[in-house]
Amino acid sequence: MGGVQVSAIVEFDSVGLRYGTGAEVLKDLDLRLPRGGFTYLIGPSGAGKTSLLKLLYLAQRPTRGRMRIFGEELSAAPRDAMPAFRRRIGVVFQDFRLVQHLSAFDNVALPLRLAGRDEADVIGPVRELLAWVGLADRAAAKPATLSGGEQQRVAIARAVIAHPELLVADEPTGNVDADMAARLLHLFESLNRLGTTILVATHDLSLIAATKGAELMRLENGRLVDPTGALRNPPRRVGEG
Amino acid sequence: MMLAALVTPAGERGFLPDRTGRPTPWVIAIMMFVTLVVAAAGLAMANAARVLGDSVTGRYSIQIPGGARTAPVAVATARRVPGVLAVNQVPEADIRATLQSWLGPEAASAGLPLPALIDVDLQPGADPIRMTTQVRRAVPQARVLAYSEQLGPVTGSLRALQWLALGLVLLMTAATAATVVLATRGAFDTHRSTIEIMHGIGATDEQLARLFQRRLARDALVGGVVGGAAAALVLLLVRTVPGSLLNDLGGGPVLRPLDWFLLALLPLLGTLVAMLVARTTVLKALRRVL
Repeated sequence: MGGVQVSAIVEFDSVGLRYGTGAEVLKDLDLRLPRGGFTYLIGPSGAGKTSLLKLLYLAQRPTRGRMRIFGEELSAAPRDAMPAFRRRIGVVFQDFRLVQHLSAFDNVALPLRLAGRDEADVIGPVRELLAWVGLADRAAAKPATLSGGEQQRVAIARAVIAHPELLVADEPTGNVDADMAARLLHLFESLNRLGTTILVATHDLSLIAATKGAELMRLENGRLVDPTGALRNPPRRVGEG
Repeated sequence: MMLAALVTPAGERGFLPDRTGRPTPWVIAIMMFVTLVVAAAGLAMANAARVLGDSVTGRYSIQIPGGARTAPVAVATARRVPGVLAVNQVPEADIRATLQSWLGPEAASAGLPLPALIDVDLQPGADPIRMTTQVRRAVPQARVLAYSEQLGPVTGSLRALQWLALGLVLLMTAATAATVVLATRGAFDTHRSTIEIMHGIGATDEQLARLFQRRLARDALVGGVVGGAAAALVLLLVRTVPGSLLNDLGGGPVLRPLDWFLLALLPLLGTLVAMLVARTTVLKALRRVL
């Protein structure tokens, strides 16, 4: 996929997460996502995949352990520092989380506008990306008038418009047909070739099978079952590093 | 600078839906209307007290019971005291005419004993005790009264009302601020999902706070202008009513140009308060999010 990588974009060291006073939903996570890598996160429902993604897109802080992202220790970083890191991360939410009163165009343009990009530099890339995901003629439509698949494509376009260094996606092909899933995978692979680190949580085995060389991480009961990369697709040969 | 803070940059237009018909501007308009009317009344009280006080400063009345014979002596003595500007004996006819208001035609009866009344005006800084001493030495039964003491209860009441009006203005300002807090919290809750999405993709607290402070500032400005226009109309109408407090007093308008200027500043001040309150409220609410 992204070639030989030596540095890690994400490093977890004994990370744990609990909500309030409840039980830990993530336990003793030690993981390392190589910069430029393509990783799938799999596991049964309730295993903690969404919680792990929340840590990665900085919606939650770990309740224990060390979390380094982009080489910075973010476990206890000041809140004022977080927006700058969030802008380097693209997120595709399972429930899309589109802004309902904004059009598809404005939803996709949101990250660029929040980053203070000039309007002249917003229109072209947004139109181009909407065309790429097959929604050029739906640019003015509000999310409520879009199908689930269309909303998902808008969400993906919004996640990648700013060329994030890290893309985190939660079931990104859950609402699209096979053709569109292939197109979206191609988009992710293109971004990955350009240097974006990709982490996709999915149950879609066909998606995993179609992504040669992707790393697999399996989460069960809040623990990483195989953080060593043995679940690599295709499986590693003996002696492969 | 404040106007610039009200304008949404092109890139941020539509971040919050621009719904018309929100009640906030109308609530603020009503509060601003009441605030302005109360403030105008307070300023009128203050000015009336000042005009009344100025008109009697240095003015004294010498009263001599049954003093028809001794009044000329008192007049002559008072005129010799240094610092005395004017000494005028009030004609008996004028006194009787005044008394007719209460006593009717009986006041004209020669059998009604009247004191001699002498008005004395002192220069600013002149010593009234010296004048009193010399007059009483010449006419022992003479009483010297300061007009300011006689009108003290009236000016005191006016000043008390002035402070009451100031207190009410401060209370209304606090109530307006509370309204803005409630409106901001309501808007924050209404748009919580949008805020969370924007926050999640890198919006800073500053950017989100600006969205709300602009909206509430615009609401406050619209409310201030509407409430201010209504208050100005009412105040101008009240001025046309004969005998109203806002009519001319002592030869000049009760509300001076400076007062109108101060009143015109109140809606702008309200807008500024709304901006600051909305900003503080949103920043506090955002701190509860990661």
